[in-house]
Amino acid sequence: MILQGIAFYVFAALLVASGVMVISARNPVHSVLFLILAFFQAAGLCLLMGAEFIAMILVIVYVGAVAVLFLFVVMMLDINFRELRKGAMEALPLGALVGLILLAELAAVLGGWIVAPNVAAIAGAPTPAFDQVSNTQALGRLMYTQYVYLFQASGIVLLIAMIGAIVLTLRHRPGVRKQNVGAQISRRREDVVVIRKVTTGEGV
Amino acid sequence: MEIGLGHYLTVSAIIFTLGVLGIFLNRKNVIIILMSIEMMLLAVNLNLVAFSTFLHDLVGQIFAMIILTVAAAEAAIGLAILVVYFRNRGSIRVEDINMMKG
Repeated sequence: MILQGIAFYVFAALLVASGVMVISARNPVHSVLFLILAFFQAAGLCLLMGAEFIAMILVIVYVGAVAVLFLFVVMMLDINFRELRKGAMEALPLGALVGLILLAELAAVLGGWIVAPNVAAIAGAPTPAFDQVSNTQALGRLMYTQYVYLFQASGIVLLIAMIGAIVLTLRHRPGVRKQNVGAQISRRREDVVVIRKVTTGEGV
Repeated sequence: MEIGLGHYLTVSAIIFTLGVLGIFLNRKNVIIILMSIEMMLLAVNLNLVAFSTFLHDLVGQIFAMIILTVAAAEAAIGLAILVVYFRNRGSIRVEDINMMKG
């Protein structure tokens, strides 16, 4: 139990510290790298809570896809980030005010709530015991049966996102010479070759 | 020191607030704003997983996966819009984004 507490505080401290670095780093590449660190710490917290599948999905999707996408975009675009940083500090009082209000509200919620006494009875899908069914298996049993429509809908969301990203970033540049296979195949001999009878001593 | 639900909720509240603060601090830089939004979604996910674990209800983890899907889609679309915008204007300053103003 003491080990769990130590692990929680290490993960939580690193998560908060890397979150601070994400929003305050001067170089956006460093921001992305700290974001990756934050995702790893969040995955560690999920592991501590026993949500093993979510933890692995966090690493694969967030670190492997989203953060790498951010890294690509930050490195590909030629942006003067120093100029973008100007005037960041003058927004600090307003941002700090809003953040403090939000934090106070969250703290008020956190301090005042109680768990309903009959919460175990009204659970949508009670977690099976760990020694019988693993977390991944239990999630799969739930997701592919009761929540299969939600699963399909999220697949459609991803498909639309993929099509949207491709359509947005695809560009047709004029003046690029490409092989046109159809035109090549449909060429006939009589369209392009002309046979002339050249009379002697006159030329064409 | 028993680690309970409150501990996890506190961490995710702090991360969410950091995301909001990041939007205010980096008003000019769309990339950092998108990263802040990702951080806020991460905080929401932590919240859902924490409740799911401590209330012994697996549905919260299903919700977390759906939110993960939406977050990935949002990042892809947002960054695609960013790339197209940079290609057209040569900058990503938030103040310059007024092409659709009537």
